[in-house]
Amino acid sequence: MPSNSLGGKPVPIELIEESLYEVRRKIYPRSISGLFARWRVIFVFATQLLFYGLPWLSWNDRQAVLFDLVQRKFYIFGLVLWPQDVIYLTLLLILSALALFLFTAVAGRLFCGYACPQTVYTEIFMWIERKVEGDRFARIRLDGEEWPWDFHKWRLKITKHFIWLFIAFWTGFTFIGYFTPIETLGSSLLHLSLGPWQTFWLGFYSFATWGNAGFMREQVCKYMCPYARFQSVMVDKDTFLVTYDKVRGEPRGSRSKSADHGSMGLGDCVDCSICVQVCPTGIDIREGLQYMCIGCGACIDACDQVMEKIDYPNGLIRYTTERAIEDQESNQSAIRHILRPRVLVYTAFIIILTSAFMISLLTRNPLRVDIMRDRGALAREVEGVRIENIYRIQIMNASEHPMKVQVKATGLNDLKILNSQGTEITEINVGPASNQLLPIKVSTTIGQNDSGNYPIHFDVLAQELVGDKVVMRTREEKSTFIIPR
Amino acid sequence: MSDFLSAGWSTYIALVTIVGIFWCIWLLFSQLKVKVKLNPDGEVADTGHVWDGDLRELNNPLPRWWMWMFLISCIFSLAYLVLYPGLGSFPGILGYSSDGALMNSMTTANDELKPVYAKYVKMDIEQVAADPKAREMGQRLFLNSCAQCHGSDAGGSKGFPNLTDHDWLYGGSPENIKTTITNGRGGVMPPFPQLDSRQIVDVANYVRSLSGLPVDEFKRTRGEEVFKSNCVACHGADAKGNIALGAPNLTDKTWLYGGSEAMIIETVTKGRMAMMPAQDKVISPEKIQLLTAYVWGLSSNNLSAQKK
Repeated sequence: MPSNSLGGKPVPIELIEESLYEVRRKIYPRSISGLFARWRVIFVFATQLLFYGLPWLSWNDRQAVLFDLVQRKFYIFGLVLWPQDVIYLTLLLILSALALFLFTAVAGRLFCGYACPQTVYTEIFMWIERKVEGDRFARIRLDGEEWPWDFHKWRLKITKHFIWLFIAFWTGFTFIGYFTPIETLGSSLLHLSLGPWQTFWLGFYSFATWGNAGFMREQVCKYMCPYARFQSVMVDKDTFLVTYDKVRGEPRGSRSKSADHGSMGLGDCVDCSICVQVCPTGIDIREGLQYMCIGCGACIDACDQVMEKIDYPNGLIRYTTERAIEDQESNQSAIRHILRPRVLVYTAFIIILTSAFMISLLTRNPLRVDIMRDRGALAREVEGVRIENIYRIQIMNASEHPMKVQVKATGLNDLKILNSQGTEITEINVGPASNQLLPIKVSTTIGQNDSGNYPIHFDVLAQELVGDKVVMRTREEKSTFIIPR
Repeated sequence: MSDFLSAGWSTYIALVTIVGIFWCIWLLFSQLKVKVKLNPDGEVADTGHVWDGDLRELNNPLPRWWMWMFLISCIFSLAYLVLYPGLGSFPGILGYSSDGALMNSMTTANDELKPVYAKYVKMDIEQVAADPKAREMGQRLFLNSCAQCHGSDAGGSKGFPNLTDHDWLYGGSPENIKTTITNGRGGVMPPFPQLDSRQIVDVANYVRSLSGLPVDEFKRTRGEEVFKSNCVACHGADAKGNIALGAPNLTDKTWLYGGSEAMIIETVTKGRMAMMPAQDKVISPEKIQLLTAYVWGLSSNNLSAQKK
């Protein structure tokens, strides 16, 4: 039961009506330069070079990285993954999650601040916005009510959105290029002959990029991103976080550069509020760690610049741990707490899983076999001397080279395999990245065994022809042979 | 289950859905504002709700667009329920149904595939059977539609004819095979209650002798008489069968239900009913063309292989 009292004591309060829904106040982050800003530029370039560039690489006359959903084959350089390889995707996702946990335990939301597409595209869009409309105050003035919708304003807004939409469109185009060959996609785009679904997804991803990076921005992090919400359980007292040194900074206040602020009873914070102005999520880091903080470090760069100007030591806002602030420790000694159980456990898991991932990928067998026993007929007698069971054998060649396949059956005496024409199967040719389904008859001589179900094995031996070399691949599949009464 | 088939349930479900949506909208607007207390410094600290003595509910307002999205969802759902099925048994004014969508997509797919089949439809069965691409397609169709009874290798099993031999109950010409697939066949061997058990054993011995199987000579001679007065109408005086009736040739060592004396006795005593279902409603004529060629090719290949 809610009540208007705390601890049973009635509290004198003044009640006002307030809306439960607030109109978003647009954030105008001020541009900033410095160590962390440089790192972010490097990450923006690295991730986008990878994202925009990868679909254009080719490998053996095909696109190097292509996720062909229609053919259900994923091409990643020399690797062709089939739906049966979904375990690799699972492992990759688990590894990504573990890496996220590890980075968060060590230094907070590194992913959010530097590599998350939301941050990266927001950063790109804000850079364009800055180039077109100017920095924070120019933008606030331009959007202000005093500024009429004159030619100048229209020109700036249209230019900005034009460039934004171009980048958004290119992003959508690149994204679809991972799923349909990007070169044919490009030419059909130029000829305006895209399919309906290609058009839809192109529009969808362009719109999403434009909307998320241009308008939604920090709201995606604040209201939509689940990771932002559960990060706090992965952060502990020894996690390096963007932290305002309260002990050193408070009480804050403005002063002249020459003043001895110690004797004025002031801390090192000059209350210039630049750390708030540069924040892309619009928070005040001096209020402590908040869920909206994406760990971008913009406030660190901003504060260090101010500290330098007034000849104070750097690092009033810095990457440090909660324990270091409490115990007045230096970062050097705080770093000694880095190897704590959770960090070690995450690291161990990552090492084990990565090795398992690499080993299984390197020793992956591109030959796959499925044996399906005919259900309609149990068994039949052939010419009074043999008992025959019918199977379908599906041989899948997941490599990019042709295979010559031989099949043997073991488990009962004198097992013979014939094809459906009744002739002996010598060699089955399976083309690169394709599969073959063929019915086979397996028979044994009558009277050797009592009636019943017998487990048999199909030994499949394939020669993978890699250029002039021959690589041997084997598979063993189990099935049942029925001898009727 | 039948309880839920009465029209009352449909109305009930529709009512619950509609009332639910409007209740959501009402809830949204009734909760737009909250009475909160002001701190001495003029800032709003919390909603004033306190649980368990010290658990305070802070006021962290949602963005306004979130509220609009909620409202749009409500309107969307109402529009959806008018257009599409979902409101009890009301089918929606667009008349959409999932089986209708399936039929549409199947019609579209068949139309798209028409050109693939077009060239085979114009060809003779013999020519189609010689085309490796057509055989590949034929095999896929066979594995999909025929292999359940006739086996993946078309070798058949008890009661389901082997399609790879040269014994055809209804004839092995391309036209006959096509008719069999399109219209189906019903093969009836009537039971013979008028024969006593001795006569049946005798006739079974005679029938076995036609395929050169070991028999009791005395019974065989007696059985010949029984055969002549009972079986020749369908199987013919020479016992070579009749493809017009689907009466099997009894002289070729091929047995649909088994050639042991016991099996033949069972066949004569109880009769047999065999049924090949008609495929014309299930498989398009173009596909039947390919299937016919595949099935015809199965035994023709055998024929050429034997001649070698």
